[in-house]
Amino acid sequence: MIEQISFYVFAGLLIFAASMVITMRNPVHSALFLVMAFFNAAALWLLLEAEFLAITLVLVYVGAVMVLFLFVIMMLDIDVARLRDGFARYLPIAAVVAVIMAIEMILVVGPEHFGLAQFAEPARHASDYSNTKELGNLLYTVYLYPFEIAAAILLVAIVAAIALTMRRRDGTRHQKIEEQIAVKAPDRVRVVKMASESNEAGE
Amino acid sequence: MQNLFLTIALAPLVGSILAGLFGKQIGRTASHWVTISGVAVSCALSFYVMKLFLIDGMASYNESVYTWLVSDGIKFEVGFLVDKLTAIMLVVVTFVSLMVHIYTIGYMKDDPGYQRFFSYIALFTFSMLMLVMANNFMQLFFGWEAVGLVSYLLIGFWYTRDTAIFANLKAFLVNRVGDFGFLLGIAAVLMYTGSLDYATVFAKIPGLTETTMQIFPGVDWSVITVMGILLFVGAMGKSAQVPLHVWLPDSMEGPTPISALIHAATMVTAGIFMVARMSPIYEFTTTALTFILFIGAVTALFMGFLGLIQNDIKRVVAYSTLSQLGYMTVALGASAYSAAIFHLMTHAFFKALLFLGAGAVIIAMHHEQDMRKMGGLRKYMPITYITSLIGSLALIGFPGFAGFFSKDTIIEAVHLSTTLDHATWVHTFAYYAILAGVFITALYSFRMFFLVFHGKERMDDHTREHLHECSAVVTVPLILLAIPSVVAGYFLGDVVFGDYFGDAIMFSESKNVIGMLGEDYHGIVGFIQHGIMGPAFWLALAGLFTAWFIYMKRPDIADTAKQKLGFLHKLLDNKYYMDDLYIKGFAAGGRLLGKGLWKQGDVNVIDGLMVNGSAAVINWFAGVARVVQTGHLYHYAFAMILGLLGLLSWFILGA
Amino acid sequence: MIPLSNYLIVAAILFSLSIAGIFINRKNIIILLMSIELMLLAVNLNFIAFSHYLGDSAGQVFVFFILTVAAAEAAIGLAILIVLFRKRHSINVDDVSDMKG
Repeated sequence: MIEQISFYVFAGLLIFAASMVITMRNPVHSALFLVMAFFNAAALWLLLEAEFLAITLVLVYVGAVMVLFLFVIMMLDIDVARLRDGFARYLPIAAVVAVIMAIEMILVVGPEHFGLAQFAEPARHASDYSNTKELGNLLYTVYLYPFEIAAAILLVAIVAAIALTMRRRDGTRHQKIEEQIAVKAPDRVRVVKMASESNEAGE
Repeated sequence: MQNLFLTIALAPLVGSILAGLFGKQIGRTASHWVTISGVAVSCALSFYVMKLFLIDGMASYNESVYTWLVSDGIKFEVGFLVDKLTAIMLVVVTFVSLMVHIYTIGYMKDDPGYQRFFSYIALFTFSMLMLVMANNFMQLFFGWEAVGLVSYLLIGFWYTRDTAIFANLKAFLVNRVGDFGFLLGIAAVLMYTGSLDYATVFAKIPGLTETTMQIFPGVDWSVITVMGILLFVGAMGKSAQVPLHVWLPDSMEGPTPISALIHAATMVTAGIFMVARMSPIYEFTTTALTFILFIGAVTALFMGFLGLIQNDIKRVVAYSTLSQLGYMTVALGASAYSAAIFHLMTHAFFKALLFLGAGAVIIAMHHEQDMRKMGGLRKYMPITYITSLIGSLALIGFPGFAGFFSKDTIIEAVHLSTTLDHATWVHTFAYYAILAGVFITALYSFRMFFLVFHGKERMDDHTREHLHECSAVVTVPLILLAIPSVVAGYFLGDVVFGDYFGDAIMFSESKNVIGMLGEDYHGIVGFIQHGIMGPAFWLALAGLFTAWFIYMKRPDIADTAKQKLGFLHKLLDNKYYMDDLYIKGFAAGGRLLGKGLWKQGDVNVIDGLMVNGSAAVINWFAGVARVVQTGHLYHYAFAMILGLLGLLSWFILGA
Repeated sequence: MIPLSNYLIVAAILFSLSIAGIFINRKNIIILLMSIELMLLAVNLNFIAFSHYLGDSAGQVFVFFILTVAAAEAAIGLAILIVLFRKRHSINVDDVSDMKG
């Protein structure tokens, strides 16, 4: 019973948050509602005994990605009014498309195909069952290579993000490594020929 | 033995390469020495080969030297077939070539292209030797094309003259028409016998007499007749038979030595030689032989007419060459192959002599070729005068000179052939054509002779003061050529009526005119007596006296005749309008057709419709498609979402 | 006793909402990116629901990778956004149409 109540509450909040994300005027609000949607989704995942992923979602998405979103939104000077241009005009068509799509999908995944009759709820795991250990076992054995690739993708993402946003400002001082390496001895030392000076004049 | 033949063929080539590639380094004198010694070696060895056949009684030699490639069982080889037919050609080719080489030293003395010229004529000698010694069609074709190429190069030797360039292009193109037929003939031979080797092909020919082919649907042609006519089309080009004769008079643009060597004595007789060599094919096709006879008769008579009105000394000799080639072709058509080859040999000597004589006159006249500006040269150039007289008498067939024996044999053979079972109106026509040709030959030969050497001295004073006999390098070849021009005829009994050729030439019994003539042959003296009784001799005499009467006694007759017979003169002056037909008809028509195809087919259809058209369609389509590519992110997103919606609907409603 | 279909329907609604979000916020790249995150969340929810009901942990592994890639994508997307803003002083999609045909 408590499970069902939790499901409906979290599911309701998730859909509410999602609809807020797409309709809010202020991007900051949208982002905050997205955070709320992630929290509720994480709660639903807990109900589905995916504890590790639920925690990851909160840590990674809420803790990192959404902070990044907020950071970008606040850093950029966004003309919200212009961005909302045509919002009302496209609302009807958006609603129609979304409703048709929702109905069609629900027709496919509705209770008559995926109800309890077809998919009985599995038994709960014991309390000492570790979802994290289970997932870790899989990741480091069967999915070892994809896991490595995922690591590489993250590395590439880091490099790409830095490379894209790095810039040289005029007036700041930088090390020019290529010029330092290419330098030759004649460029650095100037040998000057001159007649030897006589001592008499000086002394 | 193989090395002997290789040496004969390759010695001129070595000389040619040395003079051609290193001519500048080794200088003019060394250039003519290397080429002359190359040809001299060939000539000496050719006489040695002749001696092997005649005195030592050697059997004919037929072996392949080198297999170039084998494709689908067909061998492409280089090989030598040397029999008595080849031997006679070897002697003629190398001897005349050697004479011409020596003569060239004098004729080309001041020419800047001296080394080049020697390289070419030595290369020609090599090509011609490869042609006559071939034992397969591939090598025959190689030699055939190689002599054509050298002929082209030599006609255009003075390549800064527009007329020379025109003439060599014309020669090349006209020969191409003939060579195309020749190539088709070789292809037919290869297709029906599966071999290029002479011996193999000839062995299979008797089995093909009943085989027919359809070139046009529904019409059956005898395969052998088709082969024979196609091969003869090649000979028509190379040996300048009507209607492919138009290049030969123009080829006189080249230096005189090559006119003598290539366009009188050797290359133009390649077609005659080829048909004689192919006698095992032609003996099975009366149709092709009759065709050959007709073409030869037309050439012999009508080309002679053209010689009557020419004023250029070389062109007169050129038309007489055409006419004499017609006689040889007539002999071939009457199955008198040995007579044709015999006439080829005698003709090579006396025609080379006449050409070199004409060349000597041209040198003395400071490269003036118009006979109307000559006259009375007899006392200035006695050696040239005597030798030219010998050549002219040989040409008209005066008893005792070489031409008499060979030409009289041809006339007799054709006369006899009119009585045979397969004789048609063509044989009768041919007989009267060549009889008339005798009169014409005598007329134009002595017209030229009288105009040049007798009568008033019509040249200007400056030229007259410098007139003198040419140097020894010119006169010695004249004398050396004058000797066989007389004595070559006395081999008639051995070469033609004896069994000299043996297996080299084949006769079928029903057409063996030479064999029938041979039964009545009782030595040289008897032949001369018989010849004096015949019409040919009296026609020749008549021609000689007509020439004397018109051009010496009453020069006004010529002018009167020219005015009275204006139409005829114009027809002859325009060479029966054949040149006009080719240049304004075929060539201009070809250009018109090409221009039409270019304008309509290429520019409009291919470039316009297909190339630019497809580009325009793509351009138009891209113009439409670019409207869809707005560059706005959300349009792409919409497209994706609508696509997703469509797929989803299809999944639900369709499934 | 929550049937599988409940989770799937929630995911479907979430997905439809994000599509509607792409439509109506078509000019604001930030909201577009957020809608994409929502979409991925819906997909992840499906994966985890199936994983739970079918008793197969592979679904969770998939979600793990999707999270990884989505994080990378968000980071790079935002980096591009910053570069874009520096150049144009705008994040309006209308201003970004240089690649039009």
